[in-house]
Amino acid sequence: MTTIREQRLPSVVRGVRTPRRRSRIRRLRDDLGAWLFVAPATILVLGLSIFPAGWAFVLSLQEWDGFSPAEFVGGENYVGLIGDEDFLAAIEHTGLYTVMFVPMSVLAGLFLAVALNRRIRFIGVYRTAIFVPFVASAAATGILSTYLFSPQYGLVNNLLRTVGLPTQGWLEDQNQAMFVIALMSLWGQAAFTTVIYLAALQDMPGELLEAAKLDGASPWQTFWRVVWPQLSPVTVFATIWQTIGAIQLFDLVYTTTRGGPLDATKTIVYYLWEKAFRSLDFGYGSAVAYVLFGMTLLITIAVVIYSRRRGMEAF
Amino acid sequence: MTALERPVVPRRRRRRPSGWHLVLLPISILFAIPFVQMFMASVSPAAELIQFPPPFIPSRIDFGGFVGLFTTTDVLLWLSNTIIVSAASVTSHLILCSLAGYGFARLKFRGRTAGIFLIIATIMIPTQLLMIPTYILFARLGLVDGLGAAIVPWLASAFGIFLMRQFFLSLPAELEEAGRIDGANRWQTFWYVILPLARPALATLAIFTLLSSWNDLVWPLIAINNDQAFTLQLGLANFQSTRRTQWELLMAGNVVATLPLILFFLFAQKQFVATMSISGMKG
Repeated sequence: MTTIREQRLPSVVRGVRTPRRRSRIRRLRDDLGAWLFVAPATILVLGLSIFPAGWAFVLSLQEWDGFSPAEFVGGENYVGLIGDEDFLAAIEHTGLYTVMFVPMSVLAGLFLAVALNRRIRFIGVYRTAIFVPFVASAAATGILSTYLFSPQYGLVNNLLRTVGLPTQGWLEDQNQAMFVIALMSLWGQAAFTTVIYLAALQDMPGELLEAAKLDGASPWQTFWRVVWPQLSPVTVFATIWQTIGAIQLFDLVYTTTRGGPLDATKTIVYYLWEKAFRSLDFGYGSAVAYVLFGMTLLITIAVVIYSRRRGMEAF
Repeated sequence: MTALERPVVPRRRRRRPSGWHLVLLPISILFAIPFVQMFMASVSPAAELIQFPPPFIPSRIDFGGFVGLFTTTDVLLWLSNTIIVSAASVTSHLILCSLAGYGFARLKFRGRTAGIFLIIATIMIPTQLLMIPTYILFARLGLVDGLGAAIVPWLASAFGIFLMRQFFLSLPAELEEAGRIDGANRWQTFWYVILPLARPALATLAIFTLLSSWNDLVWPLIAINNDQAFTLQLGLANFQSTRRTQWELLMAGNVVATLPLILFFLFAQKQFVATMSISGMKG
């Protein structure tokens, strides 16, 4: 910033032509040289995000199947969404998943981080076992879920049968399918919340814990009165991040239930995908995408305001 | 009392095993079960996987699943497609994002603040908002049905630029001055002085890109219908409808798609953990 200001000085001085022009050319050359560094990545990133995002908004005001001429319909797609029972059901299914998955993943991360934050034997093995599922793709997780939770041949029902408990329908039961999906998401993603909590725990000043111990606090009290409040920025961050991820659920639904049984796992993004790429209703699909974007922003803002009020600074 | 306790002291010096093992061992087993089942099922005799009730452990090892996978499906083609996509994405990411990250962190030029602001703002835009227009764009550019559709979205990312920028901001400014005094220009300074120091950040970026592009399902799913250009993930996702009951084959495919990443994870666990803590979102 300082160099720009320094270079601007001569141009303010009237009548001094030559240095001004020379400095302008040099500045232009400097700017161009710098843009050579940033331009390729910047053009790719902005070209594949800001430009399509604007285009999606234009599409959301149209009715278009990709072949026949597009028809401008104004806010009709958005109005249509309000009375669309399938869309409202998709919001409900997504909400159900979010309510199950987000608290589970945040609490599991906290618990696992506390458990793993110690120097005991085999700690490396435990960490590896808990972290390695992070590399599993949605397609792999999908196949594993259908296999483990298969009503006839799956390990889970096999175990239930062995101990004499009633077997369940799992992914084939409309009341249980979403729970199984949340559980398998947790399997693949617990590593993320665990790692960020673990990093925060390891950054915690030792004197704080010493002081609590000297004051006669039990480990339980130390955790909830001293450690937990210190972790609140991580909790806020993890909650926002996992919520944003949860309301965008698509992959794992596609690779397990494809929205079934009886549409019980049809989420907002699955509905969007069906509308856009199965029914070729690009306008309506884009309107769904914008509503989803709006929800993401609202949730983020709400969590940030709530945490500010509570005095937990996360950002 | 003290006399009685004294002989106990040496024994107590060997510390009692922590009670946390009782918590961590069962949890670790739970987390390991899906992959263990995957490996076991991939080498199980086909008949035992659809036998009722199924055995917990296969009676013998049978590579029928892998044989079926390699002889009756295009899995080798899909694997090579995925390797091409990942290699192109990682290479391009490393080059373009480190250049841009360095530019935004260290060079001074008009439009810098606006540029980095816009790039960080795009992190907020959900992929789902971009799916439809990007598909139309790719279709018009002729990228649909080819590997291009799987590669282009991963050539560079806002996250990658941001990550590298943060890293370069943390380096002391004297480094560039030293380079300049030695008579190096900006490119030489970047290439010979700065980039060698950026290895940890580059490793994180490479792992992030590898995981994202190797495991990506959404872009190939919407843009590739031609099974010659399928990636492994797309092939696997399609297996589920076409080979639903051939568990040994499905699991063999799963092993082919997942084992490289598992081995890589075991080999570079520290870097993976660093990547996880900053990326978070999968896929």
